[in-house]
Amino acid sequence: MERQVELKNPSGLHARPASLFVAEANKFAAEIFVEAKGKRVNAKSILGLLTLAISQGTTINIIAEGSDAEQAVEALYNLVASGFGE
Amino acid sequence: MGTRLIGIAASDGVAIAPAFVLSASVKVVEERRGVEIASEIERLEVAIGAAKADLESLRETADAKLGAEHAQIFTAHIQILEDPEFAGAIRGVIEGEQVNAEFALDQVAKQLIALFEQMDNEYMRQRAADIKDVSQRLLARLQGGSQSSLADIREPVVLVANDLAPSDTIQLDASLVRAFVTDIGGRTSHSAIMARSLGIPAVVGLGEITANVQAGQMIAVDGTAGVVVVNPDSEEQASFSNRAAGEAEAKARLLTLKDEPSQTLDGRRVELAGNIGTPADVDAVLANGGEGVGLFRSEFLYMNRPDAPSEQEQFAAYREVAERMGGKPVIVRTLDVGGDKEIPYLDLPKEANPFLGYRAIRVCLDRTELFDTQLRAILRASHYGKLRIMFPMISTISEIRQAKARVEAVKAELRAAGTPFDENIEIGIMIEIPAAAVAADLLAKEVDFFSIGTNDLVQYTMACDRMNERISHLYQPLHPSVLRLVKIVIDGAHRHGKWVGMCGELAGELNAVPVLLGLGLDEFSMSAGSILKVRERIRSLRMDEAQVLATEVLELDSQEDVLRKVQTWA
Repeated sequence: MERQVELKNPSGLHARPASLFVAEANKFAAEIFVEAKGKRVNAKSILGLLTLAISQGTTINIIAEGSDAEQAVEALYNLVASGFGE
Repeated sequence: MGTRLIGIAASDGVAIAPAFVLSASVKVVEERRGVEIASEIERLEVAIGAAKADLESLRETADAKLGAEHAQIFTAHIQILEDPEFAGAIRGVIEGEQVNAEFALDQVAKQLIALFEQMDNEYMRQRAADIKDVSQRLLARLQGGSQSSLADIREPVVLVANDLAPSDTIQLDASLVRAFVTDIGGRTSHSAIMARSLGIPAVVGLGEITANVQAGQMIAVDGTAGVVVVNPDSEEQASFSNRAAGEAEAKARLLTLKDEPSQTLDGRRVELAGNIGTPADVDAVLANGGEGVGLFRSEFLYMNRPDAPSEQEQFAAYREVAERMGGKPVIVRTLDVGGDKEIPYLDLPKEANPFLGYRAIRVCLDRTELFDTQLRAILRASHYGKLRIMFPMISTISEIRQAKARVEAVKAELRAAGTPFDENIEIGIMIEIPAAAVAADLLAKEVDFFSIGTNDLVQYTMACDRMNERISHLYQPLHPSVLRLVKIVIDGAHRHGKWVGMCGELAGELNAVPVLLGLGLDEFSMSAGSILKVRERIRSLRMDEAQVLATEVLELDSQEDVLRKVQTWA
């Protein structure tokens, strides 16, 4: 399972959004990754996400493998698409 | 004589006590190879569990003592502690290299810290400090015992440290730590802000104080002047002890006035407010009985960062201040950049006369996107408390009208979007340019209030750069020329039923209080530490007498004469 989404919120995937993203990812058993700028990191790692330094306007690829992969991708897609409530 | 060291004055007050040196956080990490992997992993898991429990209890303490904003840092620390790139990577190193947990932790932490330290973003570099803090906590747990020895403090001390991490300052027992002094840091570093909100004297940025002080050595601290004396002689000890005792006594006396009205003996009531630079400063304003925030310098949001703050980020800061002040008024001054305040990403041109140049409202009216973003954030936050908007560096009526037009445009947008805001938000200007002061009665028709910025008003009135030592004697806030301008401003505003505040340093100057009161000033805004002293002074005065004094000093020849008159009058 994978799906692409563009970061629309002003602060990109920094600080609070990254923290929310990790918290959401941790609700699922699936192995989840985020790909951007040619790098792939564990979506359950805030340190990993931060090192990607994703800013507004970047498109990321959310990838999941495992029993609840579909729900995981769906939930994370919605979180990003909603702009993290910013 | 003891050894005198000069640092950065970070938090006011005087203290003297034996040194408590917070042991340098660098611990020796031993490398052991060929360990039994399962037992090392087990040790790691136990230590992570213990560290997590520490962090959770710190989070609770922080939440209760200082509010959710300060507690957030510990949520971030817990996330780092459990991160697959951290905890997971340590497990990986133990298994892959068959090394002890401490060594694996050290390896992983060093790599991560280096990675974050080299990122070109201040926020990311700050995360390196968090990783360090978390690593040291975990290391201490692995080596047995908790990280900090702050819990060992049993008697009054002066805390000596390289720097204080957020997790350290939270554990400080403010009743035992009389002051703290650090090697690094500045006035806006975390430790300095913390010291001010706890009301503990502090001197930071001393260089190598930890290397030059032994535990138990006597240390005298003057947080107001930024001076530390190590091993003071008996004369110095007596002088510091006397000052500290005097301060403690005065503080206790002043605190009884915290909830008393700022009112003269004959019933003239004024408002005493605090000046703040960040949301964290609100604590000190409330602790000192401030009746509002007379100046919220919004610059802090814009400084020390690679790009301008987003609307959301600004909204969060303004909202936090509005909410924490609980309905008491907060005057947000829009971006006052230029002059001596530089913000690199705005690319402001270098000018021959920056104080007479492209700055403050002049920049904002030119770069409306920057201005509108700030106005939107303030207006949205106005729904959550009582905010007021103030424009700095106004010289003409046309600037006020342009700025108000931006406010109206943003209001219309918010209305259309159904976003709530305070429709009746008050709008005011700073009076810091003589052209605005002499035309106060004309400008008053356009605004709800004035706030006199004395630092610039004095500088422009006397044509004197106070940083220039050869002419700094001309910088005279109590000169009759300046006081006459203040009178023109107050009279001009009152004629139109508008109120006048003052947010420059003069407002907190005890010698100026009777004169300003007599001239009819309605609001005095100052650093939080001065509020109660000024309230005590006001409560000892009579308005009718202050009016006579104010009329008389306007006829004197010089600032010296004004000072002499005020001092002999009281």
